[in-house]
Amino acid sequence: MDAFVLQILNGLDKGSAYALIALGLTLVFGSLGVVNFAHGAKFTLGAFCAVSFQQLLTISRKVKDESVTFFDAYKEVPYLEIWWGDTGSMIIDWAVPLSIFLAIPVMLLIGLVLERGLYQFFYKRTHAEQILVTFGLAIVIQEVIKTFYGANPIPTPAPAMLSGTAPIGVWLGLGESVAYPYWRLVYFLFSLLVIGLVFAFLRYTTFGMVVRAGMSDRETVSLLGLNVERRFTILFGIASVVAGLAGVMYTPIVPPDYHMGMEFLVLSFVVVVVGGMGSLPGAVAAGFLLGILQSFASMNEIKSLLPGLDQIIVYLIAVIVLLVRPRGLMGQKGVMED
Amino acid sequence: MFSLSRNDRLLMLGFTAVVLLAPLWLQPFGAGYPDLLQKFAIFGLFAIGYNILFGLTGYLSFGHAAFLGVGSYTTVWSFKLLSLNVIPAVILATLLAGLFAVVIGFLSLRRSGIYFAILTLAFAQMSYKLAYSVLTPITNGETGLRVLRDDPRIIDNMLGTAHDGSPIGSLFGIGMQGYPAFYFSAVMLILGFYLSVLIFRSPFGLKLRAIKSNQSRMQYTGYNTRPYLLWAFVISGMYAGMAGSLLAVTDPLAGAERMQWTASGEVVLMTILGGTGTLLGPIIGAALIKYSENIFSAFNESALHEAFSFLPGFIENFLVTIVHPFVGEGWHLTLGALFMIIVIFLPGGLMDGLSRIARRWRARKHGSDEADSSQVED
Repeated sequence: MDAFVLQILNGLDKGSAYALIALGLTLVFGSLGVVNFAHGAKFTLGAFCAVSFQQLLTISRKVKDESVTFFDAYKEVPYLEIWWGDTGSMIIDWAVPLSIFLAIPVMLLIGLVLERGLYQFFYKRTHAEQILVTFGLAIVIQEVIKTFYGANPIPTPAPAMLSGTAPIGVWLGLGESVAYPYWRLVYFLFSLLVIGLVFAFLRYTTFGMVVRAGMSDRETVSLLGLNVERRFTILFGIASVVAGLAGVMYTPIVPPDYHMGMEFLVLSFVVVVVGGMGSLPGAVAAGFLLGILQSFASMNEIKSLLPGLDQIIVYLIAVIVLLVRPRGLMGQKGVMED
Repeated sequence: MFSLSRNDRLLMLGFTAVVLLAPLWLQPFGAGYPDLLQKFAIFGLFAIGYNILFGLTGYLSFGHAAFLGVGSYTTVWSFKLLSLNVIPAVILATLLAGLFAVVIGFLSLRRSGIYFAILTLAFAQMSYKLAYSVLTPITNGETGLRVLRDDPRIIDNMLGTAHDGSPIGSLFGIGMQGYPAFYFSAVMLILGFYLSVLIFRSPFGLKLRAIKSNQSRMQYTGYNTRPYLLWAFVISGMYAGMAGSLLAVTDPLAGAERMQWTASGEVVLMTILGGTGTLLGPIIGAALIKYSENIFSAFNESALHEAFSFLPGFIENFLVTIVHPFVGEGWHLTLGALFMIIVIFLPGGLMDGLSRIARRWRARKHGSDEADSSQVED
């Protein structure tokens, strides 16, 4: 029982990341009909928003180290600490959560610029061409990041307060062994929040209503005199923000490097397919499902029984779903089936 | 079936001459050395094969690197177990890749469009992950599979063919390194090209094109399209297997990174860059990509400074700063940008661009001829 709960918990943070990326992917797919291979790159961009923010906060100056008395020693002290002392170091400590506020406008801007500058010319082109141009874009983004930040992973720690492990087992009355890092818990809750916000936004605002209507019948909605194009552009920006936020908050779990997005991209395509193309609840459900299954497959018991299953389970499930039920778990019939 | 029209015979003749004389005429471009020439031939072969699937039927596979990997591994195993002779190695690799393609193609071709792309991607990714992890006894994991001196090599031992020195593939005693290796690959390329010309001109090729233009109409006329698609898939997989085999022949080492999905992306780009569905396009695309990879990735900062040294100092520094991210380590940036530029501005590829220019030029010439004749009439 303990091991069971632990595996579910372990799968949650990966599942959250899959769900968030797949949500944006399927949002863009459902509205604009674009197969976006550059979506994983936005995850990376978000992560590097956090990195940049951390680097911005820790801009430092050489200061004489008072603790060394024999000779003159200097150490780097961030300006924030020089100016504001303990408050400053606390702000630095909270760099990752705070960088959300940087990431939202930046990712929105990037999304809007990309949509207006590139994607809008590809709505009428074939899916093959969309895949290729966005694949190229993904490589370009990835390489630009590599030029600026180098090829090595950059550690971006979670706030000290949230870097321990939570004794979830004790909370649930299961036992000491079920422990879970606080940050992963935060990541999971954060993803729920973002997913909830996106759903509420689409469900309860006029904007969301028009967008949903536009997703099911674009022509009729535009005949009503509503500017669907512009709303879809904004939706594209929102999808970028969602992917970016997923990246920002993921940085303490795995230190970001320039090609982190590619791995997630392929997986999130799989997630979208399993959930059903264009289906938002499907993407979220499949994301969590695959994350949890993946963590079950990497249990030692299963590894000794079926070695290698943990490496391929996601793809295996995708293949099975595609062959048996091509519209995915929650997809509508006939979407993209030709 | 094996006869070509007059034009095609000329094409084959020209192609053969161009390929065989490549060491000579590529010399001025700095590409006339065997290592790069081999790559041209091998990736040309890969792209020709890919073009038979993607160019003719329009099915975008993102998993062809898996066949490349299978071909490489088979070849190294054939070197290890059977013989250092390349003939059985290439044949086995091609057949095994074909077999592999039958399975993957049979399953993937149940879907089309984006679903087909994702299915092939998933299969290739599975192969890649397995090659890295569980299949380590076969693939030697991260280290990569290599030929060792004390491998069994049954056939060689039976025939008493002794090998001194480092074990490399050989063609009845001719070591597969340098120019012999290139010529071996070149002959394979020419054969592969010949076969692709045949396929393009055959009723089979016509059916594939019909599938690309409108599959349901094709089905309504009574054709079962699946077998044709499967054949196209298997043939292209065999080409990929042969290319992978040649990679291992010229450098007896096989690694899993050859199977990664970005490697599949590269062959798509080669085909698109040259022109999908054209005979020569994929080879030109492959050669161009490999050539620029070779040229661009060799530049480092000092080489750049040297290249721009004829300019005044500040312009030199400025240009070096701008160009530097695009070359050397950053060659992939150029590749990505190339990807985008080609798809955005030249979706038909270079062959399409060339034919457009040719058509315009001809039209202008034609127009001026008309003008001339009208003047004469006046």
